[in-house]
Amino acid sequence: MSEISSEKIRKLKLIANEIREWTIKMTYAAKSGHPGGSLSAAEILAVLYFHEMKVDPQNPEWEDRDRFVLSKGHASPAYYAALALRGFFPTDELMNFRKLSSFLQGHPSLMVPGVDMCTGSLGQGLSAAIGMALAAKLDKKSYRVYALLGDGEIEEGNIWEAAMTAATRKLDNLVAIIDRNMIQLDDFTDRMVVLDPLEEKWNAFGWRVLSINGHDIVQIIRALNEARRSVSQPTVIIAHTVKGKGVSYMENTAKYHGKPPQNEEEYNTAIKEIEDERRGI
Amino acid sequence: MKWKYESPRKAYGETLVALGREREDIVVLDADLSTSTKTAMFGKEFPDRFFNVGLQEQNMMGIAAGLARSGKTVFASSFAVFATGRAYDQVRQSIAYPKLNVNIVATHGGVTVGEDGASHQMIEDIGLMCGLPNMRVIVPVDANEVRRVIRFVASQNGPFYVRLTRPALPLITSPEDEFVFGKAMLMRDGEDVAIIATGIEVSYALLAAEQLHKEGISAAVINMSTIKPIDKEIIVKYARKTGGIVTVEDHNIYNGLGSRVAEVLVEHYPARMLRVGMPDKFGRSGRWDELLAYYGMDDAGIIKAVKKLMEVKK
Repeated sequence: MSEISSEKIRKLKLIANEIREWTIKMTYAAKSGHPGGSLSAAEILAVLYFHEMKVDPQNPEWEDRDRFVLSKGHASPAYYAALALRGFFPTDELMNFRKLSSFLQGHPSLMVPGVDMCTGSLGQGLSAAIGMALAAKLDKKSYRVYALLGDGEIEEGNIWEAAMTAATRKLDNLVAIIDRNMIQLDDFTDRMVVLDPLEEKWNAFGWRVLSINGHDIVQIIRALNEARRSVSQPTVIIAHTVKGKGVSYMENTAKYHGKPPQNEEEYNTAIKEIEDERRGI
Repeated sequence: MKWKYESPRKAYGETLVALGREREDIVVLDADLSTSTKTAMFGKEFPDRFFNVGLQEQNMMGIAAGLARSGKTVFASSFAVFATGRAYDQVRQSIAYPKLNVNIVATHGGVTVGEDGASHQMIEDIGLMCGLPNMRVIVPVDANEVRRVIRFVASQNGPFYVRLTRPALPLITSPEDEFVFGKAMLMRDGEDVAIIATGIEVSYALLAAEQLHKEGISAAVINMSTIKPIDKEIIVKYARKTGGIVTVEDHNIYNGLGSRVAEVLVEHYPARMLRVGMPDKFGRSGRWDELLAYYGMDDAGIIKAVKKLMEVKK
């Protein structure tokens, strides 16, 4: 990949690391929120906001911007951190996450500069993304639309309605990314609803399917490049990830889906692990 | 009374086509009911701006939200039962909460759907939509008012819920009348009682008032097209003037027009009232006019309610 310099990759890794640190700080300060599915999506959000997407933090409503819908709205800590680091609002505000005085609602809201769609009730974001992609086609605009979905989220029927329609409408300007971290609120996804074979399912629904390691910056960039080459077909990137990635006691467990560090010791451990990781980047 | 009849759905379809010719930003969605809702008329003339998504009401509302967020003025149609019931959460989360420019125009509201039976007779939609912050609710009274209301909502930033019924309705307003959002229309003045009706029931209220007049009871008839925000002023004025209110709606007596009027009366001018509507029961199959008689929602039923109210008023 000659087009991606090692410096760029290092920069994106550092941003993902910062998103992780903010996720822990924000949810600990708020005493609530969803760290597990935020930590799994850190690299995806870093690449989208610092490499892939055309956005203007000074003009969040810029008509020609690329659109992003966080369909798995509970990953708001990571999302808000990415937006703040990109310059949509000051990072100081992040510490007011979920507080009455702040615009940083528990789940994404149009009150937040840079947010393109209210989400939080799972299963709806892909439909909104379709509407935005259709509008781009109608207006003959070249902006692209990205939606980040949870793997538990795709148990919702609305997702499969949207999947059929996006393919029917040949929306090659639409990219869905599934954060396949294998865990939902209550348990491992496959103990709740068997989702595999996921690649075959999306393929059968008419999508172009790319399967990657969702923590590998280069693979994410390559998949997004590949999606740009799609003609008359939407692309889904199945990003295999680790729930709670980067904080050892949060990894591969449902326990921290919707729970912040439970005490100072847990908090310090999380921050230390993330800072240790940074020194290795 | 001799009235001409016209389909409110057809008036909706015609108005959409006219708006489509005037404005590029108008887009229309439907979920496999376009020949019934009459959005097909728009689709025929503007295929690029018409999205019939198939049997996907939930997806349709989400797509409507995405189009509106991208600058389009969106009309989304289905039967009332599917538009508001099936897709309630999508309307709540993706349209009402972000306050997007989506006009949900549902046809086939109420028990007057007729032969299809209870599964398709939506008698809870006004309640569902009135309960949503940011949502405004309008029930046009005839085809003339449909044209005015559709033009009005297209000129505003949404969201709106516009409820239409299946049968052709008598033309009781003239094409020259004006629609004033949030203001009721006095159809007939009276001293003894005020009948506040909405949609298909207004013509029955007028028939009832005519008969009551012959029997020596003077009944005012008010067309309450805007259910939210409701016209408090006229409700208080006529409660004060007549001392008794009868509400009439093709909807459950809970959470619809009757409930909205009762809220106003209790807070501003407590007065005797009675509600005519579906008595908290699911409907059944039958011809629409037979059903209105069966549930006491026709002119005879209204007359009975008015007389009952006159008794308790004494």
